[in-house]
Amino acid sequence: MTAKNKQLLLCALILLAGIVAPFLFPNYTFQIAVLWVMILFALTWDIMGGQMGYNSLGNIFFFGAGMYICAVIQIGLFYNVGDYTSAYGAVKVDFTPGQYYLGLVLGILASAVVSALFAVIFGWIVFGLRGPYFAIGTLGVAIAAGELVGAWDWLGGGSGISMPTYPGEPDDRALLFYFLCFGSAVATFAFLRVLYATRFKLAINAIRDDEAKAEAMGIHTLRFKIVAWSIAAFFLGISGAIYGNMSGFIEPLEVAFPTVTFGIFMVLMALLGGKGTLWGPVLGATLFHVIKEVTWTHLLGWQWVALGLLIIINVVYFQQGLLGWAQEKWPEAFGIRVDEPESADDNAARRAAE
Amino acid sequence: MSDLIEVTGVSKAFGGVQANRDVSLKVEAGKITGLIGPNGSGKTTLFNSIVGYHPIDNGSIRFEGQEISRLRVPQIARLGLLRTFQQTRIYSKMDCVQNMLISLPHRQAGWGSMFTPFEPELMDKAEHLLEFVGLYAKRRLISGDLSFGQQKLLEFAMALMNEPKVLLLDEPTAGINPTLINGLIDRLKRANEEFGITLFVIEHNMRVIMNLAENIYCLAHGELLAEGHPAEIQNDQRVIDAYLGAH
Amino acid sequence: MLDNLSLLFDLAPVFNIQLLLDGLFIGAIFALAAYGLALVWGVMNVKNLAQGDFVIMGGYIAYSLGEWGIHPILGLPLAIVVMFAFGWAVYVLVIRRVIDRDLFTSLLATFGIAIVVQQSLNLIYGPEVKIAESGFGIRSALDNQLTVSDIKVVSFVMAAALAIAVVVFMKRSRMGQAIRATAQDPRAAKIMGIDTDRVYAFTFALNAAICGAAGVLIAMIWVIQPFYGITHSIRSFVIVTAAGFGNLPGVIIAGLGLGVAEQYSGFVMGAEFQQATVVGLLVAVLVWRQIQQGRLRQVVQ
Repeated sequence: MTAKNKQLLLCALILLAGIVAPFLFPNYTFQIAVLWVMILFALTWDIMGGQMGYNSLGNIFFFGAGMYICAVIQIGLFYNVGDYTSAYGAVKVDFTPGQYYLGLVLGILASAVVSALFAVIFGWIVFGLRGPYFAIGTLGVAIAAGELVGAWDWLGGGSGISMPTYPGEPDDRALLFYFLCFGSAVATFAFLRVLYATRFKLAINAIRDDEAKAEAMGIHTLRFKIVAWSIAAFFLGISGAIYGNMSGFIEPLEVAFPTVTFGIFMVLMALLGGKGTLWGPVLGATLFHVIKEVTWTHLLGWQWVALGLLIIINVVYFQQGLLGWAQEKWPEAFGIRVDEPESADDNAARRAAE
Repeated sequence: MSDLIEVTGVSKAFGGVQANRDVSLKVEAGKITGLIGPNGSGKTTLFNSIVGYHPIDNGSIRFEGQEISRLRVPQIARLGLLRTFQQTRIYSKMDCVQNMLISLPHRQAGWGSMFTPFEPELMDKAEHLLEFVGLYAKRRLISGDLSFGQQKLLEFAMALMNEPKVLLLDEPTAGINPTLINGLIDRLKRANEEFGITLFVIEHNMRVIMNLAENIYCLAHGELLAEGHPAEIQNDQRVIDAYLGAH
Repeated sequence: MLDNLSLLFDLAPVFNIQLLLDGLFIGAIFALAAYGLALVWGVMNVKNLAQGDFVIMGGYIAYSLGEWGIHPILGLPLAIVVMFAFGWAVYVLVIRRVIDRDLFTSLLATFGIAIVVQQSLNLIYGPEVKIAESGFGIRSALDNQLTVSDIKVVSFVMAAALAIAVVVFMKRSRMGQAIRATAQDPRAAKIMGIDTDRVYAFTFALNAAICGAAGVLIAMIWVIQPFYGITHSIRSFVIVTAAGFGNLPGVIIAGLGLGVAEQYSGFVMGAEFQQATVVGLLVAVLVWRQIQQGRLRQVVQ
């Protein structure tokens, strides 16, 4: 069996597991749905942080933006948003199934597109920053967004928004949002897999390794950076829209723009699995989420301290991540080798024959 | 023969230090032009000015008749004016083939071409150029693990991959094993003759530059001191004084 | 918002003096913490995201003393000693191992430290806002329109004294010279026989001590809370980025300016915009630095 077939088999198994999981473990549907969200987080963070070397601490901004954009569309299509939010969920507003699904679909689409648009705008602002300045600048943008939404009464301010209620059975609702989370994560992975086989990947890798050299070679660096961030923002926007509806209630600091929880999880998961690889973030997110779900409640309030310690241990002692470590141990398995000295002509002829 | 690069009256100061003062020179198309001068005479500053690395204070820089002193580094590179670095710069976490592939010319790169896969022809070209510089067997190694000399060769191959019209080489032989220098000179000449790339070379090794260049400029204290054929430069008393520190 | 503006310009111009004074008092402490950050940044090239959490730690030392019936101002020497030891320990356990790596590694490691510190404080002291009561009197002038509490004056003087002490230490002492030499060229310093590892440890510990002292002052003239650290970190970053490190007068001016700016925005827009103001200023400073560098065709790094 070739390596390619093995990977296909693995993908098929994961897909199958994802489809049957909510039926096998109906009590854990929400937790498994969040696992897919985490995988999406780690994958999208890695586009910038792993592949391009731009370590953003503020990617969570696009998640929160998507969440609020979706909410505004869902509500605003049929009601006055200001009136709705000022009722703080006290007045139950009913959405017919037609209204609900129309709002949801349009909302998710809008959050994807507008989030990507935000990335383009912020890209112009922050891409003159490098290294730690970029990390701190993006963190600043995410914190500022949380503060501003918290002070914006039209959006419900700090007390948040109760999302439109699902017109149907609770079990169906859980399944719907499970498969939306699952689908968005799979779509992200598939998209990145295709994307990473093109020039795009090598170009952003070049920016990571030496941006000044990339500029000196004529690569359109700004263009690549903006597109890379927009792709991350696009999927994060979708994810935020789905997550907001799944949790049923959104507010700025804990749910939409949680810089020190989800925002830092993204980074940690990608690092844990091995940044700069396609499977690393998936592996890291799965590992992190499972460990977190199993141990979290047993740590009695110390879990956040444990999280901080985990970050420190991860970056200090195990920065290459699981896949990075494997690559150091078995370089040949990753195609790093001195080649048999045939000539370039032979290789060209073989390629032509194929 | 026309002049590909035309530098007229260029001055550049960093704070109080006048790195270049009123420098004018020309690089003829299809030839190899040399730039020599003692350490700190402003050679690399002039290179940086030409490729748009920093704004210049005065003067004009023309490439194929077009004023480029206000353009930025990537724009100038896309015009076909490329440079290599004194401290070799490659993409150190990618393997040699990847380094080569992404060095393809970006001249007509539109938005759509960002997402195209690499055609087999590009792969052939990359491998042939790696063979040209003698790195073919190491093509799947991470480039950061290569020796300094090999990295220099890789950087040269990457520059050729980009199909530049002019290549500005900043000390191509510095740090290279003396036994390999002849091979490198040979390759530089072949790049000039076979690929038709105009070369503009900074070099400290007199033997190399006298062998290589057809026309040499000498800078001292940021100003142009002399210009001429290798033989003329070799016998120019001002150049000899500058190198011996008579100033 | 407009009401407050008109209050400042038409009804009670004296209030401007009040805001200005309060801003300067608090800004002096911001500048102190920022000076510590500039020190670590310049010498070790470590961007310490736990800076504000060190400040808050110092604040809780003063608060604890007050709870035990000891005057919190005695927390100043205690915080300096305790935080110095804490800083040294953090250096040995974490910073030493990330100092040679890329900058994001040290940034993330210190972010981890920040989370550990703030969450531990939260578990120990709870999430309520705390003050270390100094019990000092309040002076007033101009028919009570202008009030200044003694503790603010005391803290301002102490912040200034601490800053002068650190500057003199850096100039005169053997260790100070070693630190400055290491900042300029660590390799050369090493060859000349300076134990750079010890210099780094000392620098980081000194920074923690400065932060601890700043925290004691903050706890007495303002408020502390376990999660306020991140805002203090961002303040330090704003000040250092605006001033550039190694520029002590710049740090002082930027620190005082930030203090005043926050007082004004807090008054005009409401206290809930305080953090947003700090973060907004951070983004503004970064954009301004980019435009500045862009003219030279360079980037902010």
